[in-house]
Amino acid sequence: MSNKIEPKRRNFLFTATYTIGAVGLGAAIWPLVDQMNPDASVKALSTIEVDVSSVQPGRTITVLWRGKPIFIRRRTKEEIDEAAAVDLKDLKDPEKDSDRAKNPEWLVMVGVCTHLGCVPLGNKGDYNAWFCPCHGSHYDTSGRVRKGPAPTNLEIPKYEFVNNNTIKIG
Amino acid sequence: MSENKYIPKTKLAKWFDSRLPLLSLSHHLKEYPTPKNLNYWWTFGGILTFCLITQIITGVILGMHYVAHTDHAFESIEHIMRDVNYGWLLRYVHANGASMFFLAVYIHIFRSLFYGSYKAPREVIWIIGVIIYLLMMATAFMGYVLPWGQMSFWGATVITNLFSAIPLVGESITTWLWGGYAIDNPTLTRFYALHYLLPFLIFGLIILHIWALHVPGNNNPTGIDIKKNSNETMPFHPYMVMKDITALLVFIIIFFWFVFFAPNALGHPDNYIEANPLVTPTHIVPEWYLLPFYAILRAIPSKLGGVIFMFAAIFVLVLLPWLDTSKVRSSIFRPLYRKFFWVLVATVILLGYLGAKPPEGIYLVLSRIATAYYFIHFLILLPVLGRYEKTDQLPMSISDPVLNKPGLIDKFKKAAGQYEGDNVGSFK
Repeated sequence: MSNKIEPKRRNFLFTATYTIGAVGLGAAIWPLVDQMNPDASVKALSTIEVDVSSVQPGRTITVLWRGKPIFIRRRTKEEIDEAAAVDLKDLKDPEKDSDRAKNPEWLVMVGVCTHLGCVPLGNKGDYNAWFCPCHGSHYDTSGRVRKGPAPTNLEIPKYEFVNNNTIKIG
Repeated sequence: MSENKYIPKTKLAKWFDSRLPLLSLSHHLKEYPTPKNLNYWWTFGGILTFCLITQIITGVILGMHYVAHTDHAFESIEHIMRDVNYGWLLRYVHANGASMFFLAVYIHIFRSLFYGSYKAPREVIWIIGVIIYLLMMATAFMGYVLPWGQMSFWGATVITNLFSAIPLVGESITTWLWGGYAIDNPTLTRFYALHYLLPFLIFGLIILHIWALHVPGNNNPTGIDIKKNSNETMPFHPYMVMKDITALLVFIIIFFWFVFFAPNALGHPDNYIEANPLVTPTHIVPEWYLLPFYAILRAIPSKLGGVIFMFAAIFVLVLLPWLDTSKVRSSIFRPLYRKFFWVLVATVILLGYLGAKPPEGIYLVLSRIATAYYFIHFLILLPVLGRYEKTDQLPMSISDPVLNKPGLIDKFKKAAGQYEGDNVGSFK
């Protein structure tokens, strides 16, 4: 009789020990893994305000936000028209220009190529807008990818106009 | 091992060795039987050990003068170059040492491919070797970030962004790797810590690599099994040790030619410009030893696909012992494989060249063809060759190819005949 019961009881104890041990090990490893995530001081730098009063139409300023460049471009009439006229079917990552620029005159986006993170150059490339020199992605006047290996359009960060002259990013 | 057992000569040696058999170990390493026909391509194991030790010694010393902080890293490198006594020498040895390390490891790997050293019973040695190679690439990549120049910063940006191609969790992984939303100080400090750690892991793996080697013993140019402790082997010391040292000295001459006469030839001038997160250099290239994989990455017209193929190019090496189904190890006796081996060498060199070129026009077309061929070699040619290739007759012993050369014995007798004496009498 005891022959049958003993192994079962033992198996239960083994399984219970392994399970508790695995949970304990997981709990011990998590802090070692999570310490690599952005710390409080990095997260604290998450919003900036930018004065854009001096930017002329057709000019771009670049500011640093969370270690990344942000392009703030005051677009010309032609650029806005060009961006609006594009057929969505021609786009790899279809997005309307009006969804990307709340105020069509101002285009605010993260200046990081969505391929492998280089900074695209302005007024260059097939669409005379942005061109990434690293692996050859071309973006249009709305920052949408038109050619090359980049999978998505240039990212639009969270931003708002505090007043006519100031943009708050983040 | 079957070689002679260590017999302690003194009481002290006996006392110590029975408590910790270090003397037995050193006896084993000294008497380890090596095939007598090993050629100079077999000296790169020793050369690689030298490279690792050089990197660790110079690296630890550089670590005493380097400051891992984005505000000071670039400056501290210049401080090492200008102010620290012999700092320029230590840094140039360390930087060129990385290139020399990879040069030697590529020769070592291709030696293995040519002579079939990865085949049974040596698969575990080979797989440990592939892991060492992967760790070497990780170490070299992180080391290149530390000077905090433009190439450091943007190379790191491109490589860490590879992980963002992973669906769903990609973004979280890159943020986790960076410790922020872009490459910044937290990234630099962790890369420094890991760059310091990994060489010691490599050191541990090299011990396993050699341990695994000492179980079956060395392969040899003929690829046939040898009889241990017969007239086909020689003790490692002094015979192979002397051969290794001869090759090492030649290697050191080339190494220090770079250190003294062309210390920046293998680097990139943009890395003497301090890192600037707002400006990407117009042409980003990794260090030369990573170029073939970089070419594969860019050959695939999709972000995720490029990353998958790049890692697959390394992972396919792990499977190599099972992809190559031929029972014959050495390509000396494989007339077809021998040709394809050289085509593979040419393909890898071509990929390296293409990795340094902009990914457009003819360069892009060629890198796609070369990438396709690289995978065809491993995944199609090797299994098919193993089945259909007609291999040459294998010799009975490793001495045969030498002794059975036509006319050799006659020549030897004639030479012996010129001497008079008892020792050579038996040849007459």
